[in-house]
Amino acid sequence: MTEFLYFAWVRERIGSGGETLAIPPEVATVAQLLDWLAARSPGHEAALADRGAIRVAVDQDFAGLEAPVAGAAEIAIFPPVTGG
Amino acid sequence: MIATRVQAGAFDAAAEVAALTAGRSDLGAVVTFTGLVRDVAMTLEHYPGMTERQLGAVAAEAAARWPGLVGSVVHRFGALAPGEAIVLVVTAGRHRGEAFAAAEFLMDWLKTRAPFWKHEAGAGWVGAKASDDDAAARWERP
Repeated sequence: MTEFLYFAWVRERIGSGGETLAIPPEVATVAQLLDWLAARSPGHEAALADRGAIRVAVDQDFAGLEAPVAGAAEIAIFPPVTGG
Repeated sequence: MIATRVQAGAFDAAAEVAALTAGRSDLGAVVTFTGLVRDVAMTLEHYPGMTERQLGAVAAEAAARWPGLVGSVVHRFGALAPGEAIVLVVTAGRHRGEAFAAAEFLMDWLKTRAPFWKHEAGAGWVGAKASDDDAAARWERP
């Protein structure tokens, strides 16, 4: 099982701060993961519609679209960061 | 050593400087940067765990680039009023050049790497700025 965490407007659009899901074996990369998640609900779809505005962290490190997701304990999805 | 901290409460820049320089007679320069909340109240959301990890990684990179430099980075989260201090970077070294450069580096990299999101009262989520990406990119090594 993988812990999914959502932040800022991604959290608002999905309507939840996170969920625990089993990633199916055919979902190998971050890009495939976003496609799979977007199909879960209209909220997920709305949150992930603009892929250019989505950032992903796998086990608390930034991950590109081609990064593998197998074995990840924690995957976070959020907009570009705006701290400082 | 560049220490990093994430907290909801206010910080005391003078106390951070004093802690860094206490008992040291080899430091010739201290640079302090304080970021303030401008114009409107905001709430800062962050990703506990990854925030500390990313701030630590940025600090470690600065320590590797400017050996001997010491510093402190404090970033707040939660509800903040206009005029309140939101982020503090203190660097101290033998000479001003390294202290200025490291302070700027720490701010540029934390702005694009630390998982914080600003939500402005009445205006919603703040968008990321391309100028911040450009500022961070100038520190990339070839």
